[in-house]
Amino acid sequence: MALAEKHVTSGGSARASSIEYRDPHQAVRILGFWLFLSTDMLLFACLFATYLVVRTHTDGGPTPHEIFDVPGFTIETFLLLTSSFTGGLATLAMRNGHKKQLMVWLIVTILLGLGFVGLEIQEFMADVAEGATMQRSAFLSAFFTLVGTHGSHVSLGIGWMFITLLQVARRGITEVTARKVFIVNLYWHFLDVVWVFIFTVVYLSGVVM
Amino acid sequence: MERGAQTTQHGHHSPTLYIVGYVLSLVLTAISFVLALTHAMSVGPMMWILMILAGLQILVQLFFFMHVTEGDGPPYHSVTLLIGLIFTFAICLMSIWIMTFHYQSY
Repeated sequence: MALAEKHVTSGGSARASSIEYRDPHQAVRILGFWLFLSTDMLLFACLFATYLVVRTHTDGGPTPHEIFDVPGFTIETFLLLTSSFTGGLATLAMRNGHKKQLMVWLIVTILLGLGFVGLEIQEFMADVAEGATMQRSAFLSAFFTLVGTHGSHVSLGIGWMFITLLQVARRGITEVTARKVFIVNLYWHFLDVVWVFIFTVVYLSGVVM
Repeated sequence: MERGAQTTQHGHHSPTLYIVGYVLSLVLTAISFVLALTHAMSVGPMMWILMILAGLQILVQLFFFMHVTEGDGPPYHSVTLLIGLIFTFAICLMSIWIMTFHYQSY
Protein backbone atom coordinates (compact mmCIF):
# COMPACT_ATOMS: atom_id res chain seq x y z
CA MET A 1 0.00 0.00 0.00
CA ALA A 2 2.78 2.38 0.94
CA LEU A 3 4.45 1.55 -2.33
CA ALA A 4 1.33 2.38 -4.31
CA GLU A 5 0.94 5.72 -2.56
CA LYS A 6 4.53 6.57 -3.30
CA HIS A 7 3.78 6.18 -6.98
CA VAL A 8 0.75 8.41 -6.77
CA THR A 9 2.70 11.19 -5.11
CA SER A 10 5.85 10.95 -7.15
CA GLY A 11 3.92 11.06 -10.42
CA GLY A 12 5.49 10.04 -13.70
CA SER A 13 9.10 9.67 -12.62
CA ALA A 14 8.60 6.45 -10.67
CA ARG A 15 5.83 4.74 -12.63
CA ALA A 16 3.76 1.95 -11.16
CA SER A 17 3.56 0.50 -14.65
CA SER A 18 3.64 1.77 -18.20
CA ILE A 19 0.86 4.14 -19.19
CA GLU A 20 -0.98 1.63 -21.39
CA TYR A 21 -1.46 -0.77 -18.44
CA ARG A 22 -2.37 1.80 -15.79
CA ASP A 23 -6.12 1.63 -16.30
CA PRO A 24 -7.43 -1.94 -15.81
CA HIS A 25 -9.98 -1.37 -18.60
CA GLN A 26 -7.14 -0.76 -21.01
CA ALA A 27 -4.95 -3.55 -19.61
CA VAL A 28 -7.70 -6.11 -20.21
CA ARG A 29 -7.94 -4.96 -23.83
CA ILE A 30 -4.25 -5.65 -24.26
CA LEU A 31 -4.83 -9.16 -22.91
CA GLY A 32 -7.71 -9.53 -25.36
CA PHE A 33 -5.46 -8.54 -28.20
CA TRP A 34 -2.91 -11.18 -27.23
CA LEU A 35 -5.75 -13.72 -27.41
CA PHE A 36 -6.58 -12.49 -30.90
CA LEU A 37 -2.95 -12.84 -31.97
CA SER A 38 -2.92 -16.46 -30.78
CA THR A 39 -5.97 -17.25 -32.93
CA ASP A 40 -4.66 -15.29 -35.90
CA MET A 41 -1.55 -17.44 -35.61
CA LEU A 42 -3.76 -20.51 -36.18
CA LEU A 43 -5.07 -18.99 -39.41
CA PHE A 44 -1.50 -18.70 -40.63
CA ALA A 45 -0.75 -22.21 -39.32
CA CYS A 46 -3.40 -23.64 -41.65
CA LEU A 47 -2.11 -21.65 -44.62
CA PHE A 48 1.49 -22.70 -43.90
CA ALA A 49 0.42 -26.34 -43.57
CA THR A 50 -1.38 -26.15 -46.92
CA TYR A 51 1.64 -24.56 -48.55
CA LEU A 52 4.04 -27.14 -47.10
CA VAL A 53 1.90 -29.99 -48.40
CA VAL A 54 1.37 -28.73 -51.96
CA ARG A 55 4.53 -26.77 -52.63
CA THR A 56 5.96 -29.47 -54.89
CA HIS A 57 2.69 -29.74 -56.86
CA THR A 58 3.65 -27.40 -59.67
CA ASP A 59 1.74 -29.26 -62.41
CA GLY A 60 4.53 -28.63 -64.94
CA GLY A 61 4.20 -24.88 -64.37
CA PRO A 62 6.57 -22.39 -62.72
CA THR A 63 8.57 -23.77 -59.79
CA PRO A 64 9.48 -21.83 -56.64
CA HIS A 65 13.06 -21.64 -57.84
CA GLU A 66 11.99 -20.02 -61.11
CA ILE A 67 9.70 -17.29 -59.80
CA PHE A 68 11.33 -16.20 -56.53
CA ASP A 69 13.30 -13.00 -56.97
CA VAL A 70 16.14 -12.97 -54.43
CA PRO A 71 16.86 -9.19 -54.30
CA GLY A 72 13.09 -8.53 -54.20
CA PHE A 73 12.26 -10.63 -51.16
CA THR A 74 15.49 -9.59 -49.43
CA ILE A 75 14.52 -5.91 -49.62
CA GLU A 76 10.96 -6.76 -48.51
CA THR A 77 12.39 -8.57 -45.49
CA PHE A 78 14.71 -5.69 -44.65
CA LEU A 79 11.87 -3.15 -44.90
CA LEU A 80 9.62 -5.17 -42.62
CA LEU A 81 12.32 -5.90 -40.02
CA THR A 82 13.19 -2.21 -39.94
CA SER A 83 9.54 -1.20 -39.66
CA SER A 84 9.16 -3.53 -36.68
CA PHE A 85 12.08 -1.72 -35.06
CA THR A 86 10.66 1.76 -35.77
CA GLY A 87 7.29 0.56 -34.47
CA GLY A 88 9.07 -0.40 -31.27
CA LEU A 89 10.63 3.05 -31.11
CA ALA A 90 7.11 4.49 -31.40
CA THR A 91 6.07 2.49 -28.33
CA LEU A 92 9.18 3.73 -26.55
CA ALA A 93 8.45 7.37 -27.40
CA MET A 94 4.85 6.86 -26.21
CA ARG A 95 6.07 5.50 -22.86
CA ASN A 96 8.43 8.42 -22.48
CA GLY A 97 5.55 10.80 -23.21
CA HIS A 98 7.08 12.30 -26.36
CA LYS A 99 4.12 12.93 -28.61
CA LYS A 100 6.09 14.34 -31.51
CA GLN A 101 8.63 11.49 -31.56
CA LEU A 102 5.79 9.01 -31.31
CA MET A 103 4.09 10.51 -34.36
CA VAL A 104 7.34 10.62 -36.35
CA TRP A 105 8.09 6.94 -35.67
CA LEU A 106 4.52 5.94 -36.52
CA ILE A 107 4.83 7.80 -39.83
CA VAL A 108 8.20 6.15 -40.57
CA THR A 109 6.67 2.74 -39.78
CA ILE A 110 3.70 3.43 -42.06
CA LEU A 111 6.03 4.49 -44.91
CA LEU A 112 8.16 1.36 -44.53
CA GLY A 113 4.97 -0.73 -44.51
CA LEU A 114 3.80 0.99 -47.69
CA GLY A 115 7.18 0.25 -49.28
CA PHE A 116 6.80 -3.40 -48.33
CA VAL A 117 3.29 -3.70 -49.73
CA GLY A 118 4.34 -1.83 -52.90
CA LEU A 119 7.20 -4.26 -53.52
CA GLU A 120 4.95 -7.23 -52.87
CA ILE A 121 2.34 -5.98 -55.36
CA GLN A 122 5.13 -5.48 -57.88
CA GLU A 123 6.39 -9.01 -57.23
CA PHE A 124 2.90 -10.49 -57.67
CA MET A 125 2.38 -8.56 -60.91
CA ALA A 126 5.73 -9.76 -62.26
CA ASP A 127 4.78 -13.36 -61.36
CA VAL A 128 1.45 -13.08 -63.13
CA ALA A 129 3.13 -11.54 -66.19
CA GLU A 130 5.32 -14.65 -66.37
CA GLY A 131 2.26 -16.88 -66.34
CA ALA A 132 2.54 -17.75 -62.64
CA THR A 133 -1.10 -17.04 -61.80
CA MET A 134 -3.03 -18.27 -58.81
CA GLN A 135 -4.99 -20.71 -61.00
CA ARG A 136 -1.92 -22.30 -62.59
CA SER A 137 -1.04 -24.92 -59.96
CA ALA A 138 -1.66 -26.04 -56.39
CA PHE A 139 1.72 -24.59 -55.42
CA LEU A 140 0.82 -21.15 -56.79
CA SER A 141 -2.65 -21.18 -55.21
CA ALA A 142 -1.11 -21.91 -51.82
CA PHE A 143 1.69 -19.39 -52.38
CA PHE A 144 -0.59 -16.48 -53.30
CA THR A 145 -3.04 -17.33 -50.53
CA LEU A 146 -0.36 -17.47 -47.81
CA VAL A 147 1.71 -14.48 -48.91
CA GLY A 148 -1.40 -12.53 -49.95
CA THR A 149 -3.06 -13.09 -46.57
CA HIS A 150 0.05 -11.71 -44.88
CA GLY A 151 0.12 -8.79 -47.33
CA SER A 152 -3.51 -7.92 -46.62
CA HIS A 153 -2.78 -8.07 -42.89
CA VAL A 154 0.03 -5.58 -43.43
CA SER A 155 -2.23 -3.35 -45.55
CA LEU A 156 -4.86 -3.41 -42.82
CA GLY A 157 -2.16 -2.62 -40.27
CA ILE A 158 -1.07 0.43 -42.27
CA GLY A 159 -4.62 1.82 -42.28
CA TRP A 160 -5.04 1.03 -38.59
CA MET A 161 -1.75 2.67 -37.68
CA PHE A 162 -2.73 5.76 -39.66
CA ILE A 163 -6.01 6.05 -37.75
CA THR A 164 -4.10 5.62 -34.48
CA LEU A 165 -1.72 8.36 -35.61
CA LEU A 166 -4.66 10.73 -36.18
CA GLN A 167 -6.04 9.96 -32.72
CA VAL A 168 -2.66 10.66 -31.11
CA ALA A 169 -2.43 13.93 -33.06
CA ARG A 170 -5.85 15.06 -31.83
CA ARG A 171 -5.94 13.74 -28.28
CA GLY A 172 -2.29 13.40 -27.31
CA ILE A 173 -0.95 10.51 -25.25
CA THR A 174 -3.75 9.39 -22.95
CA GLU A 175 -4.34 6.01 -21.34
CA VAL A 176 -6.64 5.15 -24.23
CA THR A 177 -4.43 6.28 -27.11
CA ALA A 178 -1.39 4.74 -25.40
CA ARG A 179 -3.17 1.39 -25.32
CA LYS A 180 -4.08 1.78 -29.00
CA VAL A 181 -0.49 2.57 -29.96
CA PHE A 182 0.73 -0.42 -27.96
CA ILE A 183 -1.78 -2.81 -29.54
CA VAL A 184 -1.22 -1.71 -33.13
CA ASN A 185 2.49 -2.25 -32.59
CA LEU A 186 1.89 -5.70 -31.12
CA TYR A 187 0.02 -6.49 -34.35
CA TRP A 188 2.89 -5.10 -36.39
CA HIS A 189 5.57 -7.13 -34.59
CA PHE A 190 3.40 -10.22 -34.98
CA LEU A 191 3.24 -9.67 -38.74
CA ASP A 192 7.01 -9.35 -38.75
CA VAL A 193 7.29 -12.77 -37.11
CA VAL A 194 4.90 -14.27 -39.67
CA TRP A 195 6.98 -12.72 -42.45
CA VAL A 196 10.18 -14.23 -41.02
CA PHE A 197 8.52 -17.63 -41.39
CA ILE A 198 7.31 -16.84 -44.92
CA PHE A 199 10.86 -15.73 -45.71
CA THR A 200 12.24 -19.01 -44.34
CA VAL A 201 9.61 -21.57 -45.29
CA VAL A 202 8.56 -20.13 -48.64
CA TYR A 203 11.35 -18.05 -50.12
CA LEU A 204 14.62 -19.41 -48.75
CA SER A 205 13.49 -23.05 -48.92
CA GLY A 206 12.18 -22.39 -52.42
CA VAL A 207 15.58 -21.13 -53.50
CA VAL A 208 17.42 -23.98 -51.75
CA MET A 209 15.33 -26.89 -53.03
CA MET B 1 -0.88 -2.61 -5.18
CA GLU B 2 0.30 -5.53 -7.23
CA ARG B 3 1.42 -3.06 -9.81
CA GLY B 4 4.02 -1.62 -7.47
CA ALA B 5 6.04 -4.79 -7.95
CA GLN B 6 6.30 -4.05 -11.67
CA THR B 7 8.39 -0.93 -11.23
CA THR B 8 11.78 -2.54 -11.20
CA GLN B 9 11.05 -4.60 -14.31
CA HIS B 10 10.73 -1.70 -16.70
CA GLY B 11 11.71 1.49 -15.00
CA HIS B 12 14.09 2.44 -17.81
CA HIS B 13 12.79 3.74 -21.07
CA SER B 14 15.91 3.79 -23.17
CA PRO B 15 16.16 2.56 -26.76
CA THR B 16 18.98 0.12 -25.93
CA LEU B 17 16.76 -2.98 -25.90
CA TYR B 18 15.15 -2.01 -29.19
CA ILE B 19 18.51 -1.47 -30.86
CA VAL B 20 19.80 -4.82 -29.55
CA GLY B 21 16.62 -6.49 -30.82
CA TYR B 22 16.91 -4.88 -34.24
CA VAL B 23 20.58 -5.84 -34.63
CA LEU B 24 19.82 -9.40 -33.51
CA SER B 25 16.95 -9.72 -36.00
CA LEU B 26 19.15 -8.43 -38.84
CA VAL B 27 22.02 -10.77 -37.89
CA LEU B 28 19.69 -13.80 -37.68
CA THR B 29 18.20 -12.96 -41.08
CA ALA B 30 21.64 -12.45 -42.61
CA ILE B 31 22.87 -15.80 -41.31
CA SER B 32 19.92 -17.72 -42.75
CA PHE B 33 20.17 -15.75 -45.99
CA VAL B 34 23.87 -16.52 -46.48
CA LEU B 35 23.41 -20.18 -45.51
CA ALA B 36 20.63 -20.62 -48.04
CA LEU B 37 22.15 -18.73 -50.95
CA THR B 38 25.64 -20.22 -50.70
CA HIS B 39 24.15 -23.73 -50.40
CA ALA B 40 26.52 -24.18 -47.49
CA MET B 41 25.27 -27.65 -46.54
CA SER B 42 22.85 -30.37 -47.58
CA VAL B 43 19.16 -29.52 -47.65
CA GLY B 44 17.99 -31.54 -44.63
CA PRO B 45 20.26 -30.11 -41.92
CA MET B 46 20.02 -26.66 -43.48
CA MET B 47 16.22 -26.62 -43.14
CA TRP B 48 16.55 -27.46 -39.46
CA ILE B 49 19.02 -24.64 -38.93
CA LEU B 50 16.84 -22.18 -40.87
CA MET B 51 13.82 -23.13 -38.75
CA ILE B 52 15.80 -22.72 -35.53
CA LEU B 53 16.97 -19.28 -36.69
CA ALA B 54 13.35 -18.34 -37.46
CA GLY B 55 12.34 -19.59 -34.02
CA LEU B 56 14.97 -17.35 -32.44
CA GLN B 57 13.45 -14.44 -34.39
CA ILE B 58 10.13 -15.12 -32.61
CA LEU B 59 11.92 -14.82 -29.27
CA VAL B 60 13.66 -11.59 -30.32
CA GLN B 61 10.36 -9.98 -31.33
CA LEU B 62 8.56 -11.21 -28.21
CA PHE B 63 11.16 -10.10 -25.68
CA PHE B 64 12.72 -7.02 -27.23
CA PHE B 65 9.74 -5.50 -29.07
CA MET B 66 6.47 -6.96 -27.78
CA HIS B 67 7.28 -6.77 -24.04
CA VAL B 68 5.87 -10.24 -23.49
CA THR B 69 7.14 -10.31 -19.89
CA GLU B 70 5.16 -7.21 -18.93
CA GLY B 71 1.56 -6.67 -17.98
CA ASP B 72 -0.47 -6.81 -14.81
CA GLY B 73 -1.63 -9.97 -13.12
CA PRO B 74 -0.97 -13.56 -14.18
CA PRO B 75 0.64 -14.04 -17.63
CA TYR B 76 -2.49 -15.39 -19.34
CA HIS B 77 -1.25 -13.94 -22.62
CA SER B 78 1.93 -16.03 -22.48
CA VAL B 79 -0.10 -19.17 -21.84
CA THR B 80 -2.41 -18.62 -24.83
CA LEU B 81 0.59 -17.69 -26.95
CA LEU B 82 2.32 -20.93 -26.00
CA ILE B 83 -0.80 -22.97 -26.78
CA GLY B 84 -1.15 -21.12 -30.09
CA LEU B 85 2.46 -21.93 -30.97
CA ILE B 86 2.05 -25.60 -30.05
CA PHE B 87 -1.10 -25.82 -32.21
CA THR B 88 0.64 -24.01 -35.05
CA PHE B 89 3.57 -26.41 -35.16
CA ALA B 90 1.27 -29.38 -34.61
CA ILE B 91 -0.94 -28.40 -37.57
CA CYS B 92 2.08 -27.91 -39.84
CA LEU B 93 4.11 -30.95 -38.81
CA MET B 94 1.15 -33.34 -38.70
CA SER B 95 -0.04 -32.15 -42.12
CA ILE B 96 3.38 -32.86 -43.61
CA TRP B 97 3.54 -36.19 -41.83
CA ILE B 98 0.11 -37.44 -42.90
CA MET B 99 0.57 -36.27 -46.48
CA THR B 100 3.78 -38.22 -46.92
CA PHE B 101 1.61 -41.37 -46.90
CA HIS B 102 -0.49 -39.81 -49.61
CA TYR B 103 2.60 -39.21 -51.74
CA GLN B 104 3.57 -42.87 -51.67
CA SER B 105 0.23 -43.94 -53.13
CA TYR B 106 0.83 -41.96 -56.30
